[in-house]
Amino acid sequence: MNIKKMLCRHITAVPPSGIRKYFDLINEMEDVISLGIGEPDFVTPWNIREEGIYSLEKGYTNYSSNAGAIELRREICRYMERRFNLKYSPEEEVLVTVGGSEAIDLAIRALATIGDEVIIPEPSFVAYKGCTLFAGATPVSLRLKSENEFRLKREDLEKVITGKTKVLILAYPNNPTGAIMQYDDYADIVDFLEDKEIMIISDELYAELTYEGQHVSIANFDQMKDRTIVINGFSKAFAMTGWRIGFVCAHRDIMEQMKKIHQYAVMCAPTTAQYAAIEALKNSDDEVADMVKEYNRRRRLVLNGFRGIGLDCFEPKGAFYVFPDIRKTGMTSDEFCERLLMEEKVLMVPGNAFGECGEGFVRATYATSTENLTEAIKRTGRFLSRI
Amino acid sequence: MKNELLEILAKNCRLTNSQIAVMLGVEEKEVAEMIKELEENNIILGYPALIDWEKTDNDTVTAYIEVRVTPQRGRGFDKVAERIYQYPQVTHLSLMSGDYDLFVTVEGKSMKEVALFVAEKLAPIESVLSTSTHFVLKKYKEKGVIFEQKYKDNREAVVL
Repeated sequence: MNIKKMLCRHITAVPPSGIRKYFDLINEMEDVISLGIGEPDFVTPWNIREEGIYSLEKGYTNYSSNAGAIELRREICRYMERRFNLKYSPEEEVLVTVGGSEAIDLAIRALATIGDEVIIPEPSFVAYKGCTLFAGATPVSLRLKSENEFRLKREDLEKVITGKTKVLILAYPNNPTGAIMQYDDYADIVDFLEDKEIMIISDELYAELTYEGQHVSIANFDQMKDRTIVINGFSKAFAMTGWRIGFVCAHRDIMEQMKKIHQYAVMCAPTTAQYAAIEALKNSDDEVADMVKEYNRRRRLVLNGFRGIGLDCFEPKGAFYVFPDIRKTGMTSDEFCERLLMEEKVLMVPGNAFGECGEGFVRATYATSTENLTEAIKRTGRFLSRI
Repeated sequence: MKNELLEILAKNCRLTNSQIAVMLGVEEKEVAEMIKELEENNIILGYPALIDWEKTDNDTVTAYIEVRVTPQRGRGFDKVAERIYQYPQVTHLSLMSGDYDLFVTVEGKSMKEVALFVAEKLAPIESVLSTSTHFVLKKYKEKGVIFEQKYKDNREAVVL
């Protein structure tokens, strides 16, 4: 039997990630400074880790309720109101997920399938397109423009909307560009969408990492709240990537459907992580603020450093990425990243890994130490002066 | 702004003014001025390195000594504190609440040297009533830095 012929076409049609080859390369190299990994370099704050340990000592090793421990859901609702001015019911409108990633999958599957179009503004995190294809729906790329600092503009949206458009995905603060959307940016979009039957999935994992003004969600607009699925989590803000815990907030009618998928696919999020997450929400504001402060210093350092060595770079105001424009080097993103890695042992990720329109850009993360960043800037500068 | 500058320096005082300026989003000149002012006002008192002497061939013994003293009329504890902190062997001195009055850190080349210092210099001071010496066997953490832990990037490459 030819096993390959037996596989599901929805899945085989999705190409493997373009970033993989770089990861294979660096595994065999010494002294590489990686600006490639999109995760905090901080360890989870000790009080949070300790709470996870205590929960194990007490023997809390059972499943929680499918939607997540009610105490955690209550804390999530308090947090969402306190930090982002969004009100949800802990009983009906919150679901604790296995990281933000599961939430993305649930949200897309609950809304879209064969015949539906999902608009994905690119460059974007790689999972949206994959999950859309797995759901049988059609991803529609929307090209964000660097001259707009990668914000979504009404005129760009108008061009891609069709009768089949079901979902718009928003992801600000953004991976990979570091772009944010402020109130006025959303107001234009809201105005345009108001009379259209389009749902929104807003991935706000990087909400705490906003360096200018306050984070704004499209769900902050009353007319949009019921049709927006807000995804958030603990990985980025609380440096809890490996715990695999996140959450999603949505109208109860959507939630009912997402819960079905969730309970059959994963039952519930890891219990240990849920206890740790309660502590994170209750007692870690200072730790989060310290990490954000540190990221912000590094952000300025990297932006200034890259501009200093001649890389064009718009100012990212969120997340922990910079997205410099490398077009004037005459190289493609892939060539640039490969040569930089082989010649100077600095890893950045080519922009086209995040959608075709990312070509001509590279993504560098500043979630690494100041010493590493300083050295990486030096090496990249040497590289640029040579080519 | 000054507090943030101090936080940065407290963690790593070897950053250049221009690096700090970039991190704070201000001009280099401003950083230089702030540091000068903080130094002049004795807010920044020095820039010592944090060293794990255990790993060097420089043998150093550290003792923490609890000292009970009689305060002196009109001068409180300051006079006797001054007598004690003048010794170069004394690297740290604090006035404490609780069972004893002064907390003294003494460094020397050997336990004997430190013991002799306590017996010959510290204990005989007129207003000192008693001393209790505790030798440090192993340092785990100082000034927020864990000694036996070298930062290692354990993050594995994942697609995101």
